[in-house]
Amino acid sequence: MELDIIRDEEMDLLLEDVSSIYGYDFSQYSKASLKRRLNRICLVDKFASFAELRYRVISDKNYLQRFVEEITVNVTEMFRDPLFYKKLRNDILPKLGTYPFIRIWVAGCSTGEEAYSIAILLQEINLYHKALIYATDINPTVIEKASKGIFPLSVMKQYSENYIHADGQKDFSSYYTSMYDVVKFQEDLNSRILFSTHNLVSDTSFNEFQLILCRNVLIYFDKDLQNKVFNLFDNSLQTLGYLALGDKETIRFSSLEKRYKQSKGHKIYQKMT
Amino acid sequence: MSRETKVVLIGGSAGSIPVLLQVLPDIRSDLHFSIIIILHRKSYPKSSLNQLFESITTLNVLEVEDKTELVNGTIYLVPADYHLLFEDDKSIALDASEKINYSRPSIDVTFESAARIFNSNVVALLLSGGSQDGVEGLKNIIQHGGKVFIQDPNTAEVDYMPKQALEQIPEVEQLAPEQMSHFINNLK
Ligand SMILES: C[S@@+](CC[C@H](N)C(=O)[O-])C[C@H]1O[C@@H](n2cnc3c(N)ncnc32)[C@H](O)[C@@H]1O
Repeated sequence: MELDIIRDEEMDLLLEDVSSIYGYDFSQYSKASLKRRLNRICLVDKFASFAELRYRVISDKNYLQRFVEEITVNVTEMFRDPLFYKKLRNDILPKLGTYPFIRIWVAGCSTGEEAYSIAILLQEINLYHKALIYATDINPTVIEKASKGIFPLSVMKQYSENYIHADGQKDFSSYYTSMYDVVKFQEDLNSRILFSTHNLVSDTSFNEFQLILCRNVLIYFDKDLQNKVFNLFDNSLQTLGYLALGDKETIRFSSLEKRYKQSKGHKIYQKMT
Repeated sequence: MSRETKVVLIGGSAGSIPVLLQVLPDIRSDLHFSIIIILHRKSYPKSSLNQLFESITTLNVLEVEDKTELVNGTIYLVPADYHLLFEDDKSIALDASEKINYSRPSIDVTFESAARIFNSNVVALLLSGGSQDGVEGLKNIIQHGGKVFIQDPNTAEVDYMPKQALEQIPEVEQLAPEQMSHFINNLK
């Protein structure tokens, strides 16, 4: 299936177009991953050449949304890395419970599975009523999906297993209603989640949080862009607040390293000063 | 372009861990290339495969993280639930996109990326397994001038994967597990 019709110069050209015409700057994204995505989009949308793709992107404003959706990776799961959620449930969230009000930012939330997982945890430890979850993503299409809270039935078995491994005690299916091949999560679960678009590359800090999750987003950014985003998070985090990254991501190469304390065995970092 | 080996890629699925346990102890630690192991495995429970490998070899064993840089004489294990790609500067990128051949990591994805970046400086070895994954990648590596090998299907616990490779690449060379360490140690 691997087709390889895109050369580096062409890719750079296209990214420049997208940046100057639409204001989406992908120039500091991982080239290896971008190239795969661009080849994929040519395959899926049946562009015979790179020139065709470029023409479509430049000339069709409505196509841009699809372009952004396809070149960013949206794969996500509920309770992905169960041990991470277990740590949140048993340690991090209860600590935040001592605040009068808990603000959480899920940056790069994709279709919302992560945000719903956090809402479930908060509900189960009786903190949801005083929490607010801001769930943001660059891609308007996934944000719209996320706000509906409708997911395929076929993935519920996996999510339910993850939930149990994350110390979930309830019957997972009590959180949703099945409708044919999809399920809808209970209305009250997203009652305290605010979904909106936010671009980590170009948008600024918009609030102060006690917990920021940004998981499996930074792997697509080069080191300089990562550092920029780390500074954005630093500016958006209260002292003693937590930053949670994906299982394979690290702040080790950033200027935050010295001021943040890592939870042993987890990619969770607490801001000390 | 020189023929010198820069990376050795070992892909495997069902039945490949015993082979690695047999082969890795005899690998020299002063290799002039890195070894990258792509195995199909479950993402939960978290496995300690890297500790297991560490305990049987004198080489450094690392589970790859974001932006890991390749060092010669080191064994890199692709983490469960991520694909591994190479950047133009030969550093590593992880990618959590769709499964390929029902697998993440997918052997094809890493093989194909390595072919593109390292061209003729790749050596790839496909071990035991019950999947199609890896075969396309082997073909890709051949197209880019790299060298490919499979585990002799007669020695494989699950011979489907190496047999698929043999069917589609009749000229592919076969290695029995007991030949593998000698072979790797002597790569140019
Ligand atoms: C692989 S998903 C991760 C989803 C979820 N956090 C998880 O770990 O399961 C990556 C998400 O990052 C988003 N993303 C990529 N670039 C972004 C940017 N510049 N600003 C905000 N979100 C971005 C993508 O749209 C995608 O939804």
